[in-house]
Amino acid sequence: MTSEIILQAIVTGLMMGLIYALIAAGLSLIFGLMEIVNFAHGEHLMLSMFSSFWLWSLFGLDPLFSIPITILLMAFCGIITHYFLIRYILKAKMLIQICATFGLSIFIRSIAQLLWTPDFRNVDKPLLEGRIEIGSVFIGQPQLYASLVCLVAFFGLYWFVTKTETGLALQATAQDRHAAEILGIPSNKMFAIGWAIGLGCVGVAGGMMANYFFIFTDVGINFALFAFVAVALGGFGSIIGCLYAGIIIGLVESLGGLLIDPSFKLLYVFVIYLLVVIYKPQGLFGRY
Amino acid sequence: MDSKLAIAKSEPIWNTNNKVISIIAGLIILLFALPLFGMNSFYLHLFIMIFMHAVMAQSWNVIAGFSGQISLGHGAFFGIGAYATSFFYMEYGITPWISIFFGMFVSAIFAVLIGIPMLRLSGHYFAIATLLIGISFQVVFQRWDLVGAASGLWVTMTPEDSWLALQFHSSKAPYYYVFLVFFLITFFLVWLLSRSKLGYRLRAVRDDPQAALSLCINVSNYKIIAYVISAMIMAPMGSLFAQYILIIDPDRVFNIEISIIVLLITVLGGIGNVWGPIIGAAILVPISEYSRIYLGGTGGAVDLILYGLILMIICIFRPNGLISFIPKNILERNKQR
Repeated sequence: MTSEIILQAIVTGLMMGLIYALIAAGLSLIFGLMEIVNFAHGEHLMLSMFSSFWLWSLFGLDPLFSIPITILLMAFCGIITHYFLIRYILKAKMLIQICATFGLSIFIRSIAQLLWTPDFRNVDKPLLEGRIEIGSVFIGQPQLYASLVCLVAFFGLYWFVTKTETGLALQATAQDRHAAEILGIPSNKMFAIGWAIGLGCVGVAGGMMANYFFIFTDVGINFALFAFVAVALGGFGSIIGCLYAGIIIGLVESLGGLLIDPSFKLLYVFVIYLLVVIYKPQGLFGRY
Repeated sequence: MDSKLAIAKSEPIWNTNNKVISIIAGLIILLFALPLFGMNSFYLHLFIMIFMHAVMAQSWNVIAGFSGQISLGHGAFFGIGAYATSFFYMEYGITPWISIFFGMFVSAIFAVLIGIPMLRLSGHYFAIATLLIGISFQVVFQRWDLVGAASGLWVTMTPEDSWLALQFHSSKAPYYYVFLVFFLITFFLVWLLSRSKLGYRLRAVRDDPQAALSLCINVSNYKIIAYVISAMIMAPMGSLFAQYILIIDPDRVFNIEISIIVLLITVLGGIGNVWGPIIGAAILVPISEYSRIYLGGTGGAVDLILYGLILMIICIFRPNGLISFIPKNILERNKQR
């Protein structure tokens, strides 16, 4: 076990972590806004990867260029989700909210399985290919660019939420729905925007991952699990917390896999999750 | 709450509305008599699956419906039950009748071990943690050589039907009776639980933990009790299922689909209601089995599409489940004798 291998694992974990962070940020935004955990988040990620794949396979559009389309599609998907499902369960009990989004996840996954079969697919010869070598560390180009784009998107999201007027309106709605409505911020519209942005983040992550990751109908489960963990770790509703949490998870996953046993990656993340939620239930940066 | 409890206590089962009792008794006799009318093995299988799923859903109902903790990884206890029973039977030749209790015992221990740290969490935190637990069990069992790793356990077959080994190859009717008896016992016990002091305390914990705490109800202890009871209901079904299909592997008995379907059945039937799981199972299991017959070739996901759709529709329009269509005073204690 040389230091190069460990360095390599750290770089890999870091790159993965940035992607987890962006996926988790979408989840966190939605949760912060209406206190609903989107259990279909992984399936939305799967949809965005498939959107990227089909745009490539049917229209020959490279995943890199189809990202804007994927983002728009996912934002649309978010608005639809809000309009047809979430709108009705806003006031329901938490149990019903969990069951409803869980039902959505089963529905999307099995429809995808029916339409596209559970086969593994991948994008052949994307523009981003190959790897670069820095010192003794190999960095896959698609992975590198994916994580950089995710980082940029993450800070874009952060800027949007903290600096623009719409973002501040989102925050106001998150803090107190009724007070915000008195000030003339329509909460229903804000929720729809929140869903659109939350799933737009997933669209960025999914579109970039389509460059190098296998695309299949169950792909979202693991990512969604890590995103849930990241959101709990960073603190429900905190966006900047997701960045740190995502990186921690990425590092734990890759270093744990290297130092102990790669087949139990999930367990290490799980242990971290348990430790954090037991000893610091509000997460690292949580406001709840 | 206390007066309701007093009413429940003062009215033993034989004082319930006579019509309801006679209908239930008639149904039970009918269920016992059904195989005598020469049902073919598909219908026997269908009923076995309905009984099994009703009990599994009832198990989930105890933790989620009564004490309000949403477990998304309840399949873990099903798998533990299946593995414990088959393992003790194959390695030491212990009859399943005894090793079912091993399964329950092991599940209960795991429920305590999992419950002590996790039931301090609430709401979403608990749901996510159980989702992770369900998948972790599958991951561990897929790599555990002692229990056959990913290829699973092939239960040693007896040459002919044997009540001792709980294996019947010539007919499914004995399985039918075994599952039916477990089904009836479980529902009777849970019905008693729902009327007991414990049941009312669990519901108090669910509805308002703070108020429950102020009434000297130790919230986290009661959650753990509910979790253990729930695990002990789930485990025997895993054991019996293993004896029924005689081969178990991690992908089958720790499948996330198990955790999904128990949730779905309960929510469809009526969460927090003793009778909800029966209604849910009686509707969903036939949908699943028939769609497997008629649409089996298409990847088998059609039933899951329906499940997801039903779950969302129920959540939107009938959050209390189908049982809310039935007027309350028929099922609950009826004052007029």
